[in-house]
Parts: sequence; structure tokens; C-alpha cells
Amino acid sequence: MAKVKPRVKVPKNSEAGEIVEIKALISHPMHTGRAKDKSGNVIPRQIINTFKVLFEGQEVFSVDMEPAVSANPYVSFPFKASSSGTFKFVWVEDGGAEFTVSKKMKVS
Amino acid sequence: MKQKFVFTNVSRRHALGLIGGTIAMSSIAMPVLADAASVAAKVNSLTGGASTTDDGVFLDLPEIAENGNAVKVAFEIDSPMTSDNFVKTVHVMADGNPTPDVASFNFSPANGVCMATTRMRLAKTQNIIVLAEMSDGSFRQAQAQVKVTIGGCGG
Repeated sequence: MAKVKPRVKVPKNSEAGEIVEIKALISHPMHTGRAKDKSGNVIPRQIINTFKVLFEGQEVFSVDMEPAVSANPYVSFPFKASSSGTFKFVWVEDGGAEFTVSKKMKVS
Repeated sequence: MKQKFVFTNVSRRHALGLIGGTIAMSSIAMPVLADAASVAAKVNSLTGGASTTDDGVFLDLPEIAENGNAVKVAFEIDSPMTSDNFVKTVHVMADGNPTPDVASFNFSPANGVCMATTRMRLAKTQNIIVLAEMSDGSFRQAQAQVKVTIGGCGG
């Protein structure tokens, strides 16, 4: 299986009260369970079904994904900066495998 | 109860019924695509039949998507996003895909504003429905059509 590689873009610095945009992408084929391989066998469903964002341990945003989300699922979302802290990004694959990334943001 | 067909006795009505039945069966065997009715049913089950408005719901969708494998979908919902008035969940649905659900976005007041972007697969030209569930239990809904040149369902 192709290597699953998560990538996240968080501004390093921001001002209190500023709304920043966070971009998250994970390289993943998102097999829908409908496509067939070259020999005609159905490729079983294997998708990222959940994407969660925690800030200082508290969940602030999440997405429940269905097979209709494109391969290499990309999500961008806003976050209102209030204090410095660490983001934890968690992707959950069908079958329970988790991929996580942590990013720090400094708020002045 | 078993029904016996006596073919010497097939009336016109019977014949039409048989043909109709065959067509219905063959359409079941085809890959079933979600339709407007199943999306409406889904919306109904989420809202509990409550009426929806499209106030302050903005969609950013391409009019024509050349490749249905990755269609950008972005939305913004007008909300102060305070702890007593915010958007809880935004459901994105498509009425021409094998299943109507695309993704559900769960927001919190920490987001500051309610907007998000992602990319989705579209099997054919269809409507995209965005349903927002507010913290006070009300719902907002908007939809837009995307024309798809090449479907994105693989296979």
C-alpha cells in the first residue's frame, strides 16, 4: 500500500483574536469499495473516515468522511487564535489505524 | 402464496405488467445511484421535518467540473460562532452519487467563523446540498448544481 503521509499547514505566529486558516492533507487512496483493479476484482473499501483536530487536548473541529471524498483528502478550516498552544491532527482509517501530526502555534 | 401464469391466457394488461416488472428488476440490478428523493429523506431524518431557510449559507462550487474525481466544495455559514450561538454540524450531500453523503463537518465556537473547504468525488452532473445544523436546533440549507464532464466513481 502506498505510504500514508499527513501534511498540515498552520501559521507559526498569529495575533490574539485573529482567525487563521489551517490546511490539512493526507495522501491516501480513499478506496471507495466500488472501483475494480486490472484483473476485475473489486478493491475493498479503505478510506479515512474521520479527521479530528484537537487544540490543547480539546476537540475543536472534526470531519466525518464518506467514500465520496476525493483521494488525498484535503480540508481547510478556520481557527480563532486566543492563546499559544499545540494542535493535534488525527486521521482515522477504516480498521482503526490512526495517523497523527502535532503543530505548535504561537499567539502574541 | 404462489401465483401461476398460464401463458395461453395472457391478456394485454398482464403482458404490460410483466414487461414493467422486468424493467423494474433490471433497474435494480444496475448500480443504484442516490436520487433527489433519498437526499430529501436523509435531510428529513436529520432535521426531523423542520423547515429550513437558506439565510446566510454561501456555497463555492464550480459550475462545470471537468473531472469528477476531485471537485472543490467550499461553504461559509453566517454565524457569530459564540458559545451560545454557533453552527454545530454542516452536512454535505450529493444527489447523484452511489450514496448521498459526502462529509459532515463538526464545528465548535473555537473556529471563530464557520467555513471549510474540501474536495469530493462526483459520479455525474448533480446537485450538491449543504445542510447546516445550528446550536439552537434550527437548520439552514442551500444547494447548487455542478455539471460533471468525466465522472469520478472509478470502475
